[in-house]
This record gives sequence, structure tokens and C-alpha cells, in this order.
Amino acid sequence: MYLTKEEERTLRGEDGETLRKMIEILVALGDIYGADALIPIKSAQVSGVSYKTIGDAGIEWISDLNSTVKVPTVLNPAGMDMNNWERLGIDPAFAAKQIEIIKAFGRLGIDPKCTCTPYYLSGFDVQYKDHLAWGESSAISFSNSVLGARTNREGGPSALAAALLGKTPDYGYHKTENRKPSYEIIVDFETSGSDYGALGFVAGKMVGNKIPLFKLKSVPTHNEMKMLGAAMAASGAVALYHVDGVTPETKDKEFVYEKPPESVVIDQKDINAVYESAGGTGATGAQGAAGASVAAGAPGATGVAGATRSPNDIVTIGCPHCSKEELEQIASLLEGKTVVKEFWIFTAREVAEQNKTTVNRIEKSGAKVVCDTCMVVSPAANSYKSMLVNSGKAFAYVPSMCGLKATYGTVEKCVKDATGEI
Amino acid sequence: MGIIIKGRTIARGKASGKALMTKDPISFLGNIEPETGKVVDPAHELFGQSVQGTVLVFPQGKGSTVGSYVIYSLKKNGKAPAAIINLECEPIVAVGAIISEIPLIDKLEIDPYTVLKDGDEVIVNSAEGYIEIL
Repeated sequence: MYLTKEEERTLRGEDGETLRKMIEILVALGDIYGADALIPIKSAQVSGVSYKTIGDAGIEWISDLNSTVKVPTVLNPAGMDMNNWERLGIDPAFAAKQIEIIKAFGRLGIDPKCTCTPYYLSGFDVQYKDHLAWGESSAISFSNSVLGARTNREGGPSALAAALLGKTPDYGYHKTENRKPSYEIIVDFETSGSDYGALGFVAGKMVGNKIPLFKLKSVPTHNEMKMLGAAMAASGAVALYHVDGVTPETKDKEFVYEKPPESVVIDQKDINAVYESAGGTGATGAQGAAGASVAAGAPGATGVAGATRSPNDIVTIGCPHCSKEELEQIASLLEGKTVVKEFWIFTAREVAEQNKTTVNRIEKSGAKVVCDTCMVVSPAANSYKSMLVNSGKAFAYVPSMCGLKATYGTVEKCVKDATGEI
Repeated sequence: MGIIIKGRTIARGKASGKALMTKDPISFLGNIEPETGKVVDPAHELFGQSVQGTVLVFPQGKGSTVGSYVIYSLKKNGKAPAAIINLECEPIVAVGAIISEIPLIDKLEIDPYTVLKDGDEVIVNSAEGYIEIL
């Protein structure tokens, strides 16, 4: 890999031990993947933030670093709401560790905002063909696919190295030739809302880490594509996808590609299987979960007075974090209603603060709007038994990461379940 | 002067130890206990053995990216390998070795499985891009 004189100096340790290690990480990755140089990045997002995932070893590593980020840098969701952690019953010992992690990142000049949707934050706007070093799988997918920016799937240390140097090795999704579709997916029925999360859950299992090109009958919104990409990155390892005629690269005349060698049709019954399965696990997914669908469908299950027939004891929305429009939809659906069980809605703190009225309308029902974290990376949900989600990503991860059953439904169903209407 | 074999530098440094060989890939998260350095996965070829102070020879890493932090934890606990030789390194182990300052070399000019055996004394000088079998 070609290094400038400045980069050579950093590699020799003349800019300090932290930067020497950081550039060593980028050079090693560049060598492994055949990059020829380091290129500047516009922003970074560092994953490995929750104490639940990085543990004491992660804290030690971050605390040992001594430098300052060169580009705007934000964090992946943490293990709890940083301002309001008591409300979801977080253990104070866990909270102390989580606060230590965020402080350690803050000492490196990182904006201590914890979200999987950095593209909603001011200072993190993303333009077509921008180079980024982002670390949360759904954010990677959204920026690559929907916004047409360029980022590889960064691990915690490599994103941090990129942030501290303001550069990343030029390989993988940074190069146009590696962004061409390799798998065609035809969806020949109308899709809307949570169909996209279910579609992503199914598609991710098929394509692994290939680059799917969707041919859809409907035109998805940004919010819907966010759910599609998040699910594919969880049930598969998809970091980039295209939607024919919708995502920016498919509309760029200079982005020339051939018909992918593999093609598959996903039909309505594949999507319905996701809605109908309960207790799905990330490993076995929709088909493996079919046998466990009794719980969700059990008709006439009698409960005590005031209880509902739903087997779910908790409902969550906001994986990835809710946008302004999604918060508004939930607020409208909850208007004049009261929740009968725990109903958590996750969003970025900045988005919550900019939409206080909407947040208040949601919380009036007894639902909780929670910032900085989510149902997957927080231990808050671990004590519940069965969770209803509207996210293909949460559906894939909740069983293995939190140890409870997950059921998939629309936003409307989530609200009805939480308010005891079903 | 022993046998010298050139390779590609991944993590710079120099260390020596006795070779511990496996043809199984290693997922540091799950396969190895950070407190003891022991291989705790019964399905792994090295089950029950300790990697501490060895020149650990394995084809490549696999599994969760949290594995990088497990390597760091091993180092902090004094249970890490002295050096690592891979056939072809991947990012999890590469990053783990760099942040833990464990010399790591890969793509040796001669297949290490044909010239090295368990217990051989090896120097890994990845700062200069070679290993030396004593």
C-alpha cells in the first residue's frame, strides 16, 4: 500500500503511540484486502459501545487511547438510555460501566450520541459518493444503498482508527467495481410498511453477503428501505443493496452493471411466514420457527380479567431508531389510548429532542420513548418472555441476544397489542 | 542460525516461544477463555491446551468481531500467545493482535505446516518480516 510521507511518519510512531497503532490497523486491513492507499472520510460511526457487547476488555482498550478524532464521529447505541436508565430497570453496576465507556469515548473528542441512525443527526449529512467509516450494520446498509455513500463494514477498532486518522483504506465498497449487484430478487406483489422488514429477513438468509438488486412492484420510502436493509444485515451480511429505479446508483448512467448471475422470486407466502412465526430465532428464522407458532395463534386463550389474549408481555418499536415520521405515526395510532403492558419506542436523543410534542403525545399513553439504546443491545428486556416487534432485525436478534421469544407484526399490530385491543 | 522464512507483516514486533499448531480456525470469542488462555471449546483441536506464551499457528480467525477484544483481554491477563502465525490473516485477529501488540505474520513463503511442529522454538520477527526456526 502506498503511504504518504506523513503517514509513514505516523507509522514510525512519531505522532505518538495511539496513532501508530491506529495506522497499523488501517495498513493491515488495507494489505489484507488489497487497498493501494488511504483515502479521507467525511464521518465515522464507532460500534462496540454497549457494555453488554464489549465488556471490561473493551473499556480498557478505549481508556488506554490518547488522541482526538479528525472527523465528526458518533457512537453505536449503548446498553441503556444515558439520561434515564433507572426507568427501564438497568442494574446500577451496569450503568456505571456504561457511563465509563461513553466518557472514555468522549475523551477522544467523539460526540457522545449513541444511535444506529446517524444520518438523522445534524453534522452527519451524507451525500452521494461520500466516503465514510461506519460501524453499525443497518447504518452501513442505509448509507451505502439508500444514500449512495461508500463505507465498508467497520469493526469497533477499525472505525475508531479511521476516526482518529480521518482516513480509511481504499478497498471493498469504496470502489465502484465492488458495488455492482450480484443477486437479483424479484418481488411481484405490492409491498408496504412492515412488509419490507419481513422481506429483508427472508432475503438476507438467501443472499448472505452478496449485493442484491431488488425489482419491486411498489416504490419504497426511505423509512421502508431502512427496515429492509436493517433486516438483511441481521439475517444475512448485506452491506449494500440496490432497488431498481429507486436507489441512487441504479439511476446513475455512469454506474453500469450486468444482469446478476443469480435470480430469485420472493412471493407473498414467504413474507406471510415471517408474520405468522413466533419465537423465531436468528439462527433458524421463519422456517425453523414454524413449529413454535402456536403461542401467537392460540385462539381463545383465556386470561384474567383485564388481561389480553396476546402472549406478548412487551412490545418494542425503533430498530433501527425511529425517524420523525415514524414517531408521528406511532403518536397518531396511540391517540386517546392507554397501554396495558410495557411499550418501548427507541430513537436518537437528538430526534426525540427535536420532536418533543410528538414524544409527549406518545408518552401520554404510558408508552416510553427511550434514547441512546435499543431492545437488542440493552439488557433491559432480558427479564421478559415474549416480545412483539415490527423490525426484521430485532426479530432476528432478540431471541439470541436477549433470550426471549420474538413475534413480528405491523406498527398497527404493535400498538393494538400494547393497548390491549388484541 | 536457524531456518529463516519470509512472510507478510500484519502486526509489527518480535517475540519467541514454542510452536502450538492447529489446522482449525480460531474464534477467540467462544473458543478461548480470556482469564486462563485455555481453549475451552470441546470441538476444537486444541481443546484443553493453553495458548499462553506460545507461537500460535492457525490458518485464520473466524467468528464475532468482539474476538479482537478477547485477544486484548488475554494480553492484559498475561495469557496471550507470544506471537501468531497465520496462513492468511483476517481482520478480527489482525486488529486484535495490533491493539494487543502481539507480533503477527502471515503468508509465509513456505507453508508453516510442512516445516514446523508442536514444541519447536520459533522467533517471529514481524517488524522485519520473517520467522526463524531455531
